[in-house]
Amino acid sequence: MSAPTQVLFDAPGPRARRNNVIMSVVSVLVLLGIIAFIVWKFYDAGQLEPNRWSPFTYTGIQQVLLRGMGATLSVAAVATLLALAVGLVFALLRLAPTRAISLPSTIVLEVFRGVPVLLLIFATFMIFGNRIGPFWSVVIGLTLYNGMVIAEIIRAGILAVPKGQREAAMAIGLRSSQTMGLVLLPQALRAMMPTLIAQVVVLLKDSALGFMVTYQDLLYQVNAIGRQYNNLLPTFIVGALLYIAINMIVAASAQWLERRLQSKTAGGSGPANAID
Amino acid sequence: MTQLFLSGTWGTLRLFLLTLVGCLVLGTILAAMRVSPTPVLRVTAHTYVNVVRNTPLTLVMFFCVFGLPYLDIRFAESAGLNSMILATIALIAYTACFVAETLRSGIATVPVGQAEAARAIGLTFGQTLSTVVLPQAVRTVIPPLGSVIIAMLKNTSIASAFNNRELMSAMRNAIELRGDLVITILLATAVVYLVLALILGRVFDLLEKKLVILR
Repeated sequence: MSAPTQVLFDAPGPRARRNNVIMSVVSVLVLLGIIAFIVWKFYDAGQLEPNRWSPFTYTGIQQVLLRGMGATLSVAAVATLLALAVGLVFALLRLAPTRAISLPSTIVLEVFRGVPVLLLIFATFMIFGNRIGPFWSVVIGLTLYNGMVIAEIIRAGILAVPKGQREAAMAIGLRSSQTMGLVLLPQALRAMMPTLIAQVVVLLKDSALGFMVTYQDLLYQVNAIGRQYNNLLPTFIVGALLYIAINMIVAASAQWLERRLQSKTAGGSGPANAID
Repeated sequence: MTQLFLSGTWGTLRLFLLTLVGCLVLGTILAAMRVSPTPVLRVTAHTYVNVVRNTPLTLVMFFCVFGLPYLDIRFAESAGLNSMILATIALIAYTACFVAETLRSGIATVPVGQAEAARAIGLTFGQTLSTVVLPQAVRTVIPPLGSVIIAMLKNTSIASAFNNRELMSAMRNAIELRGDLVITILLATAVVYLVLALILGRVFDLLEKKLVILR
């Protein structure tokens, strides 16, 4: 049994094994039934005919899809960088010892975190769209929302660092900016890496909203191709596969990064480094 | 104008409540499938969650609202009601993944002894899960579940692009009516969303206080 939650059921005995087989067969049949139904529906509606799928073999279409993917990735990349910067600033502002700084930044943070990201993108586009264009409208909308979420992640990470670390840093005479930059942040960043990357995936998916302010991203191109060749369903499926591929790559790189950082942390806490 | 916003808020609430019920049910089923003794169910739920979770909600909605009618799947005569049902299905399909993942992390926090004790007194897998493990799991995940639900409330705004009458579409109509009041209208919409999110946050705080178990 390779299931991680195997405490919920025993190692199967003869009867359980028989039941398991029955259950497996039944669920496979039900699943096959559902899949067959979907395929039949697709076939019935003429969505499986080759001419619906052949456009994807044209280099022109492939280029348009690639361009859309590039647009999605570039808007997401710029927004991620800006959101990380905004997030760091707001996390530090919220942790500031003076209430005059921490209270207003808390209010700003809660406001931007509490409204839909679509509203933020829309508002930016409505108010500044003529001057800055759709690309920056999407970037600013995504940055405002995700920056605030990231600020909360960073703040939680910093607060989760053991208290002794800060005290020790203070005791050896570091300034509070040094304590933060040299001691607390590096440890916090490692601990919150998985959550941060998950937020980047959210941001990437939210960038599809740019379609609604006429930004020509992957979703926009998918929709355009689908309408032009009258093959909406096949194009949606291809578009979904592209998005899933991008997000899986981001998630996989997150896991890789996590492993790397963990092995570093393990080395860093060893006795050799503790001396200097 | 007020009329417009009121009906918009009602539209958002209706979408929200329908999705809330649906995503909790489907999410629980998916979570149960992911820990079930039948490998086929585990793999199915895992695949579903990973595929849908990595697709943008906008695309899921596109698929449901514009794609399903191509397959002759319709639920209501009137176009408005039909697109609301389809948008609700999209929201449920999408949010259920996050509910399932949250519940699963909650199941992982329930001490092993609980499930072992349940098995030892002869409960079946279904009984163990529904009477012993899930009730405890739900209590530990109320705060993260709250953020999933609040995110879902904000995600209902995406339905505005798919012929749905709700807050964002009310906002767009209002802007068309009174182009001179753009900023006021945007702010008003933001305030309504904030109030709804705050109320929801309070509800989950109360639930947490009443139910949460600290480990």
